[in-house]
Amino acid sequence: MLRRWIERMTPTDVIMWLIGGAILLMIFWGSAATLSAKTYTAHHWFDFIVFGLAQGSIYALIAMGYTMVYGILRMINFAHSEVFMSGPYTAYFVAAAFYSSGFLDQHPIISLILIFLTSMATSTLVAVLLERIAYRPLRTAPRLIPLITAIGASFFLQYTFRGFYGSGFQAYPVVKILEGEWAWGEFRILKFQAVVIVAAAILMASLYSFVQRTRVGKAIRAVSEDKETSSLMGIDIDRMIVTTFVIGGMAAGAAGVLYALMFKQVHFFMGFIPGIKAFTAAVLGGIGNIPGAMLGGIFLGLVESVGPSLFLDGLGIVAPYQLKDAIAFTMLVLVLIFRPTGILGERLAVKKA
Amino acid sequence: MKRFISLLLVLGIVVSLTAPLASAQEKPKASPAKPKAFVYEDKIGVVKIKKGDPIHIACWMVVAGPDASLGTDTKRGVEIAIDDKGGKILGFPIKLSVQDTGCNAEGGQAAATKLAADPTIVAAIGSNCSSEARPGAPILWKAGIATVSPSNTAPFLTDPSRGPEYDGYLRTAHNDKVQGAVAAQFAIKQLKLKKAATIHDGSPYAEQLQAVFAETFKKMGGTITAQEAVAPTDTDMRPVLTKIATGKPDIIYYPIFIAAGGHITRQVKEVKGLEKVKLMSADGTFSPDFIKAAGETAIGMYHSSPDFSAFGAGYKAFLEKHQKKYGEKPIAPFHAHAYDAAMMVFAAIEKVGRVAPDGTLHIGRKALRDALYATKNFKGLTGNLTCTATGDCADPMIAIYQMTADNVKKQVIPDKPIWSPAAAAAKSAPAKEAPKKK
Amino acid sequence: MKQAIKLGLIGGVVAVLLSLVGMVEAFGQRQIIANVISMGHTLLLLVGLLMSYLAAKRTPTTEPINVLTNGFISGFFVAGLVVLLIILGSLINLRKVFINASPMLYNLLTVGMEKRAGSFLLILIGLSSGLLASLFTLAPPLLRRVLLISVGSIVGAGVLQDLLRPTFALWGPLSIINEWIFTANGLTLRGAIGLFILITAFSFFWYRKGKAIQSRFHQLPSAPQRILKMTGILTLVFILLILPQVLGLFLSEVFTIVGLYVLLGLGLNIVVGYAGLLDLGYVAFFAIGSYTVAVLTSPELGFFNLSFWEALPFAVVLGVISGVLLGIPVLKMRGDYLAIATLGFGEIIRILVLSDFLRPWLGGAQGIGKIPKASIAGFEFTGPQQIYYLILAGCLLVAFVSLRLRDSRLGRAWMAMREDEDVAQAMGINLVATKLLAFATGAGFSAISGAIFATKLSSVYPHSFNVMISINVLCVIIVGGMGSIPGVVVGAAALVGLPELLREFAEYRLLVYGAVLVAMMLLKPEGLWPEPVRRRELHEDEDEAGLDQTSNSNE
Repeated sequence: MLRRWIERMTPTDVIMWLIGGAILLMIFWGSAATLSAKTYTAHHWFDFIVFGLAQGSIYALIAMGYTMVYGILRMINFAHSEVFMSGPYTAYFVAAAFYSSGFLDQHPIISLILIFLTSMATSTLVAVLLERIAYRPLRTAPRLIPLITAIGASFFLQYTFRGFYGSGFQAYPVVKILEGEWAWGEFRILKFQAVVIVAAAILMASLYSFVQRTRVGKAIRAVSEDKETSSLMGIDIDRMIVTTFVIGGMAAGAAGVLYALMFKQVHFFMGFIPGIKAFTAAVLGGIGNIPGAMLGGIFLGLVESVGPSLFLDGLGIVAPYQLKDAIAFTMLVLVLIFRPTGILGERLAVKKA
Repeated sequence: MKRFISLLLVLGIVVSLTAPLASAQEKPKASPAKPKAFVYEDKIGVVKIKKGDPIHIACWMVVAGPDASLGTDTKRGVEIAIDDKGGKILGFPIKLSVQDTGCNAEGGQAAATKLAADPTIVAAIGSNCSSEARPGAPILWKAGIATVSPSNTAPFLTDPSRGPEYDGYLRTAHNDKVQGAVAAQFAIKQLKLKKAATIHDGSPYAEQLQAVFAETFKKMGGTITAQEAVAPTDTDMRPVLTKIATGKPDIIYYPIFIAAGGHITRQVKEVKGLEKVKLMSADGTFSPDFIKAAGETAIGMYHSSPDFSAFGAGYKAFLEKHQKKYGEKPIAPFHAHAYDAAMMVFAAIEKVGRVAPDGTLHIGRKALRDALYATKNFKGLTGNLTCTATGDCADPMIAIYQMTADNVKKQVIPDKPIWSPAAAAAKSAPAKEAPKKK
Repeated sequence: MKQAIKLGLIGGVVAVLLSLVGMVEAFGQRQIIANVISMGHTLLLLVGLLMSYLAAKRTPTTEPINVLTNGFISGFFVAGLVVLLIILGSLINLRKVFINASPMLYNLLTVGMEKRAGSFLLILIGLSSGLLASLFTLAPPLLRRVLLISVGSIVGAGVLQDLLRPTFALWGPLSIINEWIFTANGLTLRGAIGLFILITAFSFFWYRKGKAIQSRFHQLPSAPQRILKMTGILTLVFILLILPQVLGLFLSEVFTIVGLYVLLGLGLNIVVGYAGLLDLGYVAFFAIGSYTVAVLTSPELGFFNLSFWEALPFAVVLGVISGVLLGIPVLKMRGDYLAIATLGFGEIIRILVLSDFLRPWLGGAQGIGKIPKASIAGFEFTGPQQIYYLILAGCLLVAFVSLRLRDSRLGRAWMAMREDEDVAQAMGINLVATKLLAFATGAGFSAISGAIFATKLSSVYPHSFNVMISINVLCVIIVGGMGSIPGVVVGAAALVGLPELLREFAEYRLLVYGAVLVAMMLLKPEGLWPEPVRRRELHEDEDEAGLDQTSNSNE
């Protein structure tokens, strides 16, 4: 067994493992140094993890849109970040109207639901239009071409919304019931973070069970397995693709409002960074795989929050949080070195990717 | 290929035909256009503007891309200045053209080259980011165009060692060196704080400011517990703030821009151990927009900014015009600096421009540059502008402001400073040097 | 009929969109023809004309009356939607949400008239644009082409006026063109009419006689034909050499920027176009090239103080090494896994050069300045008019190398790998070496570009190396035509050069850029100047499109 393994090793494998090993070593060394320095106490770590979970669940929600579109069309929907931006930016005007009329404070739950609905509707509309205008005519084109279309659509949408609503930013009003925190001893969690985590979990669970349990979901999965055969089975491929975009758009719109509630500012460029992160998360988890996207999102959020303190602080590196994206991408490379198709990537992905 | 050759041929014929024609036409024109009585000379060159033609002022600013709000904001400042002038200087209409710079060095170079190639341009306003000015300003000055920047703050641009190629460069924004030091003095002398942490966003502006702050703070006996950095696009600041909290600072100094500054201000209070910490930022966030970004959490925080308490009324009128013209409040902090830069340029043109008897306006490039450098006690929105020999024109009077609950409610920035080095020096006679810059 | 209504409605939506994003108002300030028509109005008119033209063209019959009705209908709907916007705007304050719905906009839309009369006029304009467009459709093809060219060039001259004026001013006696054609804002009426007549006449002549000249050329015996071709090439070389002197400062600058992208594009073309490895972190090597030169030459850091030419080999070697280093971990990844891993690599490099951690060596946020200019035997490459030659030389060298590589054994191995990795391996191609060589070559070219970039700017900042550069270069090679060397040049000219020329419309530059990318890919997916092989492939694809829906997933 061991001999066969050694025989199959190539020099590049050795170098790859060396690179991977070196990164791992750095991580362990850094973590050990940080933990032994005892700068951080247990509640610090708990805070880091909660912050990471909240951020990560938003990444996960956006990543669902990427991964589902990828599963069915085998294309990177670069403009998904603008689907994410359009919802909360539009819903802001609803939120602002509610706030200035006092409705938001009187009926916070109803207002929030309406804000969510507006955002999800807008994002879905943008996603569907995107599919209809930019992607459908290119379904048989080589794979790089829809990628460029998606990039173009992304610019176009960003600057259209900038033209509509202005190049500044808008700030979501404070929702009073979401302020404050719950505490147990020295551990505590901010209310809206709990809400974000729970809401994201519920949304993901329901979308996932929709895809797994319902007839439509089954049809979607059939189309992403094999378009030709499923069309022979009487599945309307166009409709399934549109449905996928609708689900992705809804998830992105909801993620957008959660994001806006957590960070308040919305602007035309807000989708770019979360979009790239969510796409990274989707790849990390194994693109095309819905639980993988969730896992990838949470993992990425945690790495960004915990990573700089845990890995770099002990090594005496200044301003570690400046390097958080570098850590996130290094972790991505690390995962892909050992599992080239992502954490939950299937063999299938090798064939089709 | 064939097509190309014949095209070339035709072009050649056209050129050879028109050349004698043109020169024949030009000669008689040249002599009466310059009456002997009117002499206007300049060491570098003279821009001549015929009657009815506009005075061409160019902006090189970042109006596209993620930093677009900075450029759009300053461009609007210039546009309002033009409106306030009635669109005219010396009876000549003003034409404004804007080149995008992208907030990076290559964009600055390209935009500056484009301006340098256009001989009708009288003066320029820009750039926004210091990285643009570094390659851009020498290109402009090589073409004899003086430029006034509303938002560059990097010290090297007006450093005495900057070299003659920057001779045409001035700015109405503050040199980072002045502002960072005043902030540190305030924290030590007035607030009597001992431990500070700083955050920058990777922009040359913020990085420089926090470095100067940290240096001064340490020199005056304080300790710096952390010098952290974030990305301007970051939103979740809680992890980095948690890390800062482990050093237990008394004050956090984050001289960054509105978006990230707003996130930090909102999230500081949510981090354990930072509930009581004092917050201080710089003029990059000293705008009504920041109050929108930070909400009620901005109450009580400090800002360093020019002391414009004496000129507040003009600023209010400016804000009203802005709202009317663009349908929104200013979106970034440097619109008033841009307004002042434009007004300074207009005043200089008025000073050196001469109308010849035939109605042509003559503006000497060297004279214009010298007039700009000679600006003294110019009443602007951002204070009393006086230019130094290296082109720093911002009012050197930096003061500290504090946001009150009333400010936040009305979404206006405070108009009276709570502290300034000069006032402090006056109060306690033997106080150390006020940062009068020269 | 239905089609015409649909097209009209689409056009109307586009027109309303253009108004609401602020383009109409912003362009309304600029005149195409002074005191006759502004750019904003031209924009709206073009939408109306285009839609009516499409509606008229798609009429099933060629009966003039049907064509005319269809043109009319779509023109009416385009104008109708704009009128609806005006009515809506006067009823409620749209500006609370859409900040560009300003009084100025309505004023422009109604051509400065009172709302009711203005709306009436708008409909009238819509109808007449429909009439014009359908008449245009009915016109003979020669007239159509000629009209298109002459109207197009007038609009072009109006849009590029700020660029043409300084350029003409350089041409000594020719500069009187300026007096004649241009006012300070827009063309003169006589200039526009003169231009129109001139261009119409010229293109008429060309279309009538051009064919004859061409065929006469082909009838020539081969020896004179070759001589003519040679003179053609020599003239081209001569033009390339004198170009910066003729075109002046700014256009030379544009050429240098395009040249840098050509260098980058040729490099990425090897990785993506030849070898089929989707690399989204290409900017990393550009950054490595720039920073190597900066660190080695800048007296500000004072480590080495080498000259540009001494530092250049280091930059290239370092670029190649980092290409291999990136290549090894991503060897086993395919498709989009590769894309995101390389994107990550690009970001890691940018973050590292920006970081406070490496600041003592790489300058951090303040960048590195005072990078010396390159010089050969006393000739210093200072401004764009000089650096042009440096970049031209670089481009020619790199183009030559990649041309030779394409036709080499290695090039064929790359292309085999692009088509199918497994089959290529089965045919005895060493995938590891082939892939790594692709990464290394691409990285080397990019590092050359980066090195020139550093000396061109004399300062480097981390902000210059963001992910947008990688994306832009990718767009350049795909829009140009993947795998095609002239395509890279054309793509760079179209996607980098044009936006650079239109710098003053920057606020809407990316909006238009995005729309053009989408339209381009929908209409001409093989690119502007495709490789012959690829063009054939794509056309096969089109033929099979109906039959084989899944062909893309096997690609």
